[in-house]
Amino acid sequence: MKPLAPALLGLALWATPVITSAQEPLIAAASVLKFALDDIATAYEAQTGQALRIAYGSTGNFSAQIREGAPFDLFLAADEAFILGLAEEGLTRDQGVIYASGRLAMLTPKNGALAASADLSTLAIALQQGELGRFAIASPVHAPYGMRAQEALEHQGLWDDIQDHLVFGENVSQATQFAISGNTDGGIVAYALALTPEVQAQSNFALIPAEWHAPLHQRMALLPDASAEAEAFYAYLQSDAAREVFVSYGFAVPESE
Amino acid sequence: MMDWQALNLSLLLAALTAAILVPVSVFVGRRLALSKSKSLPVIEALIALPLVLPPTVLGFYLLTAFGKGSPLGELWQTVFGHSLAFSFEGLLLASIIVNIPFAMQPIQRGFEAVPQELRDAAACSGMSPLETLWKIELPLAWPAVLTGAVLTFAHTLGEFGVVLMVGGAIPGETKTIAISIYDKVQSFDARSAAEMSAVLLAVSVTTITLTFLMSRKIGRRLS
Repeated sequence: MKPLAPALLGLALWATPVITSAQEPLIAAASVLKFALDDIATAYEAQTGQALRIAYGSTGNFSAQIREGAPFDLFLAADEAFILGLAEEGLTRDQGVIYASGRLAMLTPKNGALAASADLSTLAIALQQGELGRFAIASPVHAPYGMRAQEALEHQGLWDDIQDHLVFGENVSQATQFAISGNTDGGIVAYALALTPEVQAQSNFALIPAEWHAPLHQRMALLPDASAEAEAFYAYLQSDAAREVFVSYGFAVPESE
Repeated sequence: MMDWQALNLSLLLAALTAAILVPVSVFVGRRLALSKSKSLPVIEALIALPLVLPPTVLGFYLLTAFGKGSPLGELWQTVFGHSLAFSFEGLLLASIIVNIPFAMQPIQRGFEAVPQELRDAAACSGMSPLETLWKIELPLAWPAVLTGAVLTFAHTLGEFGVVLMVGGAIPGETKTIAISIYDKVQSFDARSAAEMSAVLLAVSVTTITLTFLMSRKIGRRLS
């Protein structure tokens, strides 16, 4: 029992650096932004020397955490409804801005039985012929990309027939994971994720017409206690440099609409 | 790529949780082992509760208990100037609560296995209860104490649901190894997820093996 005291002292010393929090803006971002925002943050850090801390997760979960006082400076949601809801409760500085709009893509694993098609015709045929196995979308109950995937399937009259084949991701990244893993015949996911090299290496995709579903407007807002550093990054996210990155990941940006 | 920051954070969280919870469990666990109170089953049930509650349910309650508008959350904010939820301290407190059964149950069993005659004999020879604990009971029950510590440590490393709810996945502060693995899978980085999972698997196998070796040792010693 004697070595206990030095061990505890060692623990305390080890613990010290964790408790200090740096003046780095803390950003909560929807997981669909993982690749685009990582690129933007890298460029921003190189240009300004200002480090950022970004937490990726589900928009719904972050909204709940912000209601409980999570110390984020900036929140980039996957769907504007969440930001507008928080703004109404006075939990964000204002209604924020739309920073990008997403699109849907049908995704199928390489060497799979099903081909990707923009009009979902391959999906309709597979359904008719009883050849469709599992098909992935994000949960339409709370995930924005899941809700829009449901709308696109409804638009093509496939929603009722596909029920028994659907598997649901907790968010669109997980749905994409399901769609490329080969455990499903494919899925309807975010175009931005279909474009990432990791996903492209394992799958084929087709872009679904934007008119088939309500717009996927993605809104961001500063929180009331946001630092000046966070305000600067918020402004940068609306600059041409940042918008180019969003566009390269398949998002539409406000001016181009 | 291994997320060293997340692993380091998890190891620290696990070590601190065990360092705080084990001494408490020694005193409370011993008391429970000797208790003849009628309300003992109720107390034991409360201690076991985190074992059966889904982590997300527990996480939701803790988020509410630590968050804005809760008395504890408000008090913490006033005293320390930052929120309890979404901080390392909040994660540590949540981790301690979640791990109570993992530390408490083996330690209580360990003290229960110490024959009462030994305590009586020690009392007859004029030893104080604290002396008895230190010189007679702990040397006999230490494998149980170690089991509690090891289980707490391993379980903290793997905890996901509670951390997801009360943590906020803040890099360097609340983003633990389990959250980081989830993150890697979500960003289609299967190789990093596999590497980090292998590390967690190795730690878990080692600790569980250690635990079984220890419990066998208690069995032999006390039979």
